[in-house]
Amino acid sequence: MSRHVLSVLVENQSGVLSRVSGLFSRRGYNIDSLSVGETEDPKVSRMTIVVRGDDYILEQIKKQLNKLIDVIKIVELDPQQSVFRELAMIKVNTTMETRASIIEIVSIFRANIVDVSSETLTVEMTGDESKIEAFINLMNNYGIVEVVRTGLTAIERGSRHIKIQTRSEEE
Amino acid sequence: MKAAEAIVKCLINENVDTVFGYPGGHILEVYEALRKSKIRHVLVRQEQAAAHAASGYARVSGKVGVCITTSGPGATNLITGIATAYMDSIPLVAITGQVNSTKIGRDMFQEADITGATESFTKHSYLVKNENDLPRIIKEAFYIASTGRPGPVLIDIPSDIQAAEIEKLVIPETVNIRGYKPTIKGHVGQIKRAVKAISESKRPLIIAGGGVLLSHAEGELLSFVEKTGIPLVHTLMGKGSLPSNNRHYIGMIGNHGFSEANRAVAKADLLIIIGTRVADRAWGGISDQTNEDVRIIHIDVDPAEIGKNVGTHIPLVGDARTILTQMLDRVDRVDTEEWLNELKSFKKDDIKRENTCSVNPKYAIETISRKLDDDAVIVADVGQNQIWAARHFEDKIGRRFLTSGGLGTMGYGLPAAVGAKIAAPDRQVVAVVGDGGFQMSLYELGTISYNDLNIIIVLFNNSRLGMVRELQDRFYGKCNAVDLDRNPDFIKLCDAYRIKGLRITNDSELEDAFEKAIQHKGPFLLECVVDPDERTIL
Repeated sequence: MSRHVLSVLVENQSGVLSRVSGLFSRRGYNIDSLSVGETEDPKVSRMTIVVRGDDYILEQIKKQLNKLIDVIKIVELDPQQSVFRELAMIKVNTTMETRASIIEIVSIFRANIVDVSSETLTVEMTGDESKIEAFINLMNNYGIVEVVRTGLTAIERGSRHIKIQTRSEEE
Repeated sequence: MKAAEAIVKCLINENVDTVFGYPGGHILEVYEALRKSKIRHVLVRQEQAAAHAASGYARVSGKVGVCITTSGPGATNLITGIATAYMDSIPLVAITGQVNSTKIGRDMFQEADITGATESFTKHSYLVKNENDLPRIIKEAFYIASTGRPGPVLIDIPSDIQAAEIEKLVIPETVNIRGYKPTIKGHVGQIKRAVKAISESKRPLIIAGGGVLLSHAEGELLSFVEKTGIPLVHTLMGKGSLPSNNRHYIGMIGNHGFSEANRAVAKADLLIIIGTRVADRAWGGISDQTNEDVRIIHIDVDPAEIGKNVGTHIPLVGDARTILTQMLDRVDRVDTEEWLNELKSFKKDDIKRENTCSVNPKYAIETISRKLDDDAVIVADVGQNQIWAARHFEDKIGRRFLTSGGLGTMGYGLPAAVGAKIAAPDRQVVAVVGDGGFQMSLYELGTISYNDLNIIIVLFNNSRLGMVRELQDRFYGKCNAVDLDRNPDFIKLCDAYRIKGLRITNDSELEDAFEKAIQHKGPFLLECVVDPDERTIL
């Protein structure tokens, strides 16, 4: 079972998210994460879905998604040819003694501190999954209060982009 | 004009002249607009029947079936009917009323989230939020329901939207849905590969499914079979795709199919699968026996079905009728004499002809099949009655066999026959039902009586839930919860509905009884008392 990242362009209508997630749960496909937002065209949203499965499952997922009327286009993103990013906010326990070393680690990771209190520090970081995992592992030593993650979003490298073409029926 | 009137005008623009439904509080505006129109409204006795009737109507007329209900329980009662149509890919548009749009989500009286509830069984659904969207939505709904792989589309319309004023009705000329562009023509490269595979095969076999009928491809299929000489088997839903007296016709495959047909699939070296998803019922028992070297061509309008249940070597996405036409020009005769003879040698007769003190249902279906016109429509319910009808009703050009194959919904038979008869008032329509399924929808006797529909109902009464009994017997040796011994007197029941009924208990009474049923003007119920131990397969 391998991991695949699908970038799905959908109509920006209410109910679309429910239909897509309903499709996955109904057919027993595993979603690792799902992030969605507007694109350069306000009528179109983009969903980035990380799924787990073998070739047969992946093919079925793509085909079943394509059947949904609101789904316009599906592209599988190649990790070598794309930029993968995730946003995480991590609230860490701090003491007088540990604060300095935590701040040092934060700067090594080029992350940002967005909140401070007498007992905690909240760090915001963007990066690919391995970077975020590495940071969380290090912070575990100090005690993590809370982690909030967005799930993966991705875009292709270079000048390629996902276009919406109108395909005629005779094709 | 009021939006409700616009809705009706849009329906008329879609060539709708008949709808099936049941009014209620939150659909009153639409019903008032319907009253003023020329559309025929058939009042059913429960909303599930409206969906089944629309489905039967669609399958016989070739048009999109339309059912209209109110909100809440009216809509939720449609769910089974919509799911039934979804599983068999029947073009249906269901219009449901909804509570006032500003009050949705507050658990109002007769409020139900029907778009959420039917998400998994509709091809698409709409909750109308703006009355000006209605013309586009209705046009899209009919387009989605009837193109590509047909299926049900639901339109949920809040009552205030129905009552809103529209300045000017503008019905769009075309539909443009960027996420939905069904493929019609087959890819030429794939067609060439398929034709080559056919020419190289020694034991080719066509498996025809419901898609052939939905595509109206019976004529093209017949030409294809005659030109190539390739023998044909079919699934339950594909029954009727080729006349059963054609020399290339082998039979129905599947769990309840004929063994010679299943053997044909197992021994073929090339399978040409057309318009079927080869689901578990059709394929069960064959998959582990197929020839290791078999090559598979899968022709289907839905790309998601190709490769889903059966591995495919040559996928061909497109409309069955169009693809068969494309292939007809390129394909040649295959030498299949030996193969055909081998297949015919497997055939066995399985109808016991001894005299018993009950009616032999297989023989009854054979008799009925013989006496009915060439363009008759037979509607089967679900269970043993369905299998007897499927196995023994003869297919001819112009005949039609309807049943709930995908979902297997008991109670489908009677309301679907209502829809079929209304679509084709001049054709003979026979509903074959068991005593279990009959009681699930017998309230439709009311609709039949009110509209004086000349339907023949053949009721196989074995006082059991026959198919379940047969399965329990086979797996456990004992039965449970299948006893209908204290069934009502169905003839008296029909009398209460002012419908003529006749009970027979012996094969010898069949000819006369059925002749009476055919000659009778008006609905007729023929109750055949069947032995509870009667099995579908000998």
